[in-house]
Amino acid sequence: MRVVEPVVELARGLWTTLRMMFDKPVTIQYPEQKKPVKARFRGRHVLKRYENGLEKCIGCALCAAACPADAIFVESSENTDEQRYSPGERYASTYEINMLRCIFCGFCEDACPTEAIVLGDQYELSFTDRRQSIYPKDMLIEPVTTNGSPTPQKTEPGKFTRSVPEMKDPQD
Amino acid sequence: MNFLLVLEWLIKGFVWALVLLGGFAYLTLYERKALARIQSRVGPNRAGPWGILQPIADAVKLIFKEELTPAKADKLIFTLAPVIAVVPAVVITSVVPWGPSFNIFGYHLNLYIADINVGVLYIMSIASIAVYGIVLAGWSSNNKYAMMGGLRSSAQMISYEIALGLSFVSAILLAGSMRMLDIVTAQGGYWFHFIPKWFVVLQPVGTAIFLIATLAEVNRAPFDMPEAEQELTAGYHTEYSGMKFALLFMAEYTKMIAISAIGATIFFGGYNGPFVDRFPWLGPVYIFIKIILLLFGMIWVRATFPRIRYDRLMAFGWKVLLPLSLALVFITAVGIILAQHFENSRLLVVIPLASLLVAGVAVALIDRTLRRKDYARR
Repeated sequence: MRVVEPVVELARGLWTTLRMMFDKPVTIQYPEQKKPVKARFRGRHVLKRYENGLEKCIGCALCAAACPADAIFVESSENTDEQRYSPGERYASTYEINMLRCIFCGFCEDACPTEAIVLGDQYELSFTDRRQSIYPKDMLIEPVTTNGSPTPQKTEPGKFTRSVPEMKDPQD
Repeated sequence: MNFLLVLEWLIKGFVWALVLLGGFAYLTLYERKALARIQSRVGPNRAGPWGILQPIADAVKLIFKEELTPAKADKLIFTLAPVIAVVPAVVITSVVPWGPSFNIFGYHLNLYIADINVGVLYIMSIASIAVYGIVLAGWSSNNKYAMMGGLRSSAQMISYEIALGLSFVSAILLAGSMRMLDIVTAQGGYWFHFIPKWFVVLQPVGTAIFLIATLAEVNRAPFDMPEAEQELTAGYHTEYSGMKFALLFMAEYTKMIAISAIGATIFFGGYNGPFVDRFPWLGPVYIFIKIILLLFGMIWVRATFPRIRYDRLMAFGWKVLLPLSLALVFITAVGIILAQHFENSRLLVVIPLASLLVAGVAVALIDRTLRRKDYARR
């Protein structure tokens, strides 16, 4: 004969929910308040630059080859010492990523020999037109830092002959 | 019948209708906020400060939505059903007094719309009409889910109406009248100067049955079978959109307010409270607070208990609540006769004690049934 227990069980359930009312809400008020993304978060792509402002991308199109969704389009042109965009022979004159096709797998990052393309922390990628889904190079490339100068640069001959620099092991 | 009386009725009816409509709008916000807090969220807070304009945003959205009528629906009934659902929900509370009558500018003002000598009977009959709105909405949609939802709700509401009515009977017996005003006056005053003479004290089990039956009557969780999403998509209002859906939604929430007002009046002392005889304006305040608390109870139960199975719902209604409420009517009658026979009102204490005993037996029996192996397996 259980008379009190069933009622107590119901009351315990009610007590649990009532107690939760005085809990701190976990809500993050999104547009005003943003949660920092994790260190390895794969957001929108960023094309990196060297310290002096030269682009890391050499237009090899290995990222386009690695892309399982065929989202990347690269067209390369020749660098000259008068008009230098990146070290080495060639640079990407066109670099487009279709954000509707991209699956943010990060294979492009892995394929890149110069660590030029990196999946960043930007995740607000809304657009209102299908044509706006194609992000051209000037949207993807990182702004020039204060001690660098914008591309194309005029450089002294024989200085930037190697397109793939000596790299240390990637950290994180 | 003079002009002033007609004007008074018009104004009171208009005010009460507006209170119900505004109450419906803000009940949705209240529910969303309370549910959110229970689930560690903050709830709607974008439209206006603390989200207080959210109901207006919802209303505007619903008004401008496209209204669809299924091609093979019964057009007339499909349009009429939401109206049939709303009207009883609005008119049902007209008999609820929301304050003592007082004189204002030399005019005697009664704070109720209608004073019917069979007020409780009126409530029961109007509550029954509310079933039509739902079952017709389900039937006229020409959709199997809607049909099942409508059938479920009609079966459920008819079953629980009996327990609801019988729980009213004990209050009627205690008050000796079916007039709502008499029921409220019978609950005025105190025992031993601190226990209010509310019927919830005299008939706690009857109040519990009323609260359970009202949850089933207004199709609220855990008895929201007619709208069980997992089984019936949205039940009887699957095919409704736009303003017609808003009307069905309004019927549901207005019924919640109405049933809370009725419960507050019949079992929780109505507008009675401290100092209400000296300051009559406290009456509406007290009944408002009681309605808010009862509504919170409904939201709280929704946030806590999962939906129960349909066959168990019907079994609970017919095999537990009906016999139990019949026993309570019997116990109440015996208690009143004992008190009258020995001319000692203290003998009324028999009623709560015997009721609790019977309720204990009922709980033990339910528990034994649920533990029985062949029942649990089914």
